[in-house]
Amino acid sequence: MEIFEVLQPGAYTTVQDRGRFNYQQFGVPVCGVVDSFAYRVANALVGNFQDQAVLEATIFGPTLKVLNQGLIAVTGGNLTPLINNVALPIWESVAIHPDDMLQFKGIKSGCRAYIAVAGGIDVPSVMGSRSTYVAGKIGGINGRPLVSGDRLNKGEGTGKAGNRVPLNLIPAYSDDIKIRVILGPQDDYFSEGIEKFFASTFKVSTKADRMGYRLEGNSIMHKKGIVKSIISEPSVPGGIQVPPDGQPIILLVEQTVGGYTKIATIISSDIGKVGQAKPGDRIHFRQVEIDKAHHILKEKEEKIETIKRSLRR
Amino acid sequence: MYDNPRFLLAGDRGLLAEFGASIDQKINQKVRQIFLSLEKTPIDGVTEIIPTYRSILIFYNPSLSDPETLKKEIVDRENSLDKWEIPPPETIEVPVFYGDNFGPDLEFVAHHNNLTPEEVIQIHTSGTYLIYMLGFTPGFPFLGGLSEKIFTPRLENPRQLVPAGSVGIANNQTGIYSIDSPGGWRLIGKTPIKLYDPTGYPPILLRAGNYLKFKKISRKEFLEIASRYRD
Repeated sequence: MEIFEVLQPGAYTTVQDRGRFNYQQFGVPVCGVVDSFAYRVANALVGNFQDQAVLEATIFGPTLKVLNQGLIAVTGGNLTPLINNVALPIWESVAIHPDDMLQFKGIKSGCRAYIAVAGGIDVPSVMGSRSTYVAGKIGGINGRPLVSGDRLNKGEGTGKAGNRVPLNLIPAYSDDIKIRVILGPQDDYFSEGIEKFFASTFKVSTKADRMGYRLEGNSIMHKKGIVKSIISEPSVPGGIQVPPDGQPIILLVEQTVGGYTKIATIISSDIGKVGQAKPGDRIHFRQVEIDKAHHILKEKEEKIETIKRSLRR
Repeated sequence: MYDNPRFLLAGDRGLLAEFGASIDQKINQKVRQIFLSLEKTPIDGVTEIIPTYRSILIFYNPSLSDPETLKKEIVDRENSLDKWEIPPPETIEVPVFYGDNFGPDLEFVAHHNNLTPEEVIQIHTSGTYLIYMLGFTPGFPFLGGLSEKIFTPRLENPRQLVPAGSVGIANNQTGIYSIDSPGGWRLIGKTPIKLYDPTGYPPILLRAGNYLKFKKISRKEFLEIASRYRD
C-alpha cells in the first residue's frame, strides 16, 4: 500500500535495513543503518520486526505527503520533525492520515533520523537486503537516494499509536562525543602515536558520509621508518584508519577492503554515536578492553529488550 | 607463510586471522582452503567471513562466541586441511575485445613497452591470473600474475567515467572495472560479460582464490555475448 509521496527528498534520505550480509567477500559492503539502536527502537515502536526497512534521513530531512492511513515513529537525531506544521513527538509511535504532511525543520541534535512505518518500507530485496547501496546501484528505490516524486509503499503492520520510549532510555546526542575503541588491528604500527590519539580532540570534517568520516586534528604519526600501509585487508565498520598524513578516517558501512593501517576499532555499541556526529562536532577516543566491549554490548541489548517490554502491542 | 596464524582483534565483533606477511600465491591458497572449510562447516556464532590477500576476517556474534574459541577453531582447521576435501581452484575465461574505442590506451601500453599492440594482447592473454580477492567495488578482482613486459603506469589524470567491463593495467596490476566509475588505469580492452549483475545468479561472477584467463574476441563475438544480457 502506498504510504508517502516524496515532495522534497531532504539532503540525503535512503531506504535502509539492518544491512546486506554475506556479500562482503564479493566486494559488496554491508550498508544498512548507521545508528542501529535508533533503527531497532523505531521498528519496535511501530510493531515491526527487527530487520524491516526504514528511511534514514541526514541533516535535512525529507518532506513527505501521507497517502494512506499508517503508523510511524521517528527516532535518532532530532531533525525537528513536524506533522502538519506541529511538532511531532520523537521516540514515539504516531498515527498518520491521508494528506498529512511530514517535514523536518533542521538539526537540534544528532545527524541522522530514522522514520519507521508499521509494516516497513516495502521495496524489493536485492541480495538479501533492502538497504540502498548507491555506488552499487542496488536496494531502496532503484539503488539511489529519494528524489521528489517518489512514491513509497509499506507492508502490512499492526502496531499501536502512543507507544513511547522511557525518557531515561533515549540517547542524548551531544556535539562533544566520547567514543570507546579497542586497539588494533594495526596498533603495532604506532608508538607515541597511540598516546597522542587518546589525548587529542578531533573535529568531524565536512568529508563525512556513510562510507567514512574524515577527522581533523593532531597528526597521528606512525613509528619512525615503518611502512605506512598494509596489504589490503577487510574493513570493519568502526575501523579507524590512519593514512600516511596522520589524519584519522573512521570507516563506516560502505567499504569492504582497504590498505591503510587501523590504529583502533570503535566498539559496535558506539558506531551509532559516530553516525549521529555531524561536521564540526568534536570526538575523543577512549580505550576499552574486549571483555568490557562485550559487556557494554550486552547492556545495550538489554536496554532494547526493556524498551520492547514496555510497549503495548 | 607464518608457522601459526597471527590473530588480531578488529573491534568487538571481528577477528582477523593472518597467514603470512606477503602477497603470495601459496599464502592465498591457504586462505582459500580455510575460507572454504569455514563455508562448508561454519563455526557456531560466526556471522560472516571475508577472505583477502593473506588474511580472513571472521565476524562473530559475541553472545554466541568469543575470540579465544575462534582462534582454537582456526588453528584446528589449519592443522587438518587435508581432511576437508577442498576442491582445486577453478579457472574462468574472460572474453575481451582489445583496442579501438574499448581499449583507448592499448597503443600507449604498446609504445611504453616497445611492443606492438598485437604483442601486448598476446602477452595479456597468455597469462593465468590469481584472483587474490574481491573488493573496492562489487566483484572487482585484485589479480596477480601480470607479465612485467607490459607494466604501465596509471594515467596522470584519471578518467571521470570508465565503463563497467573495461580491462586495464596500472603498474604491475591488471583488472576489470566491475561498475561504471572514475578510474586511472590504462584501458586496453573491454569484456562483454558482467562481473556484477545484482539480479543475476550468481550476482557476482568471480570468487577469490580462483584463476582467470583473458581470451581475445572479435567485435562480432563481443556484441553476441553482450546481447545475451538484454531481456
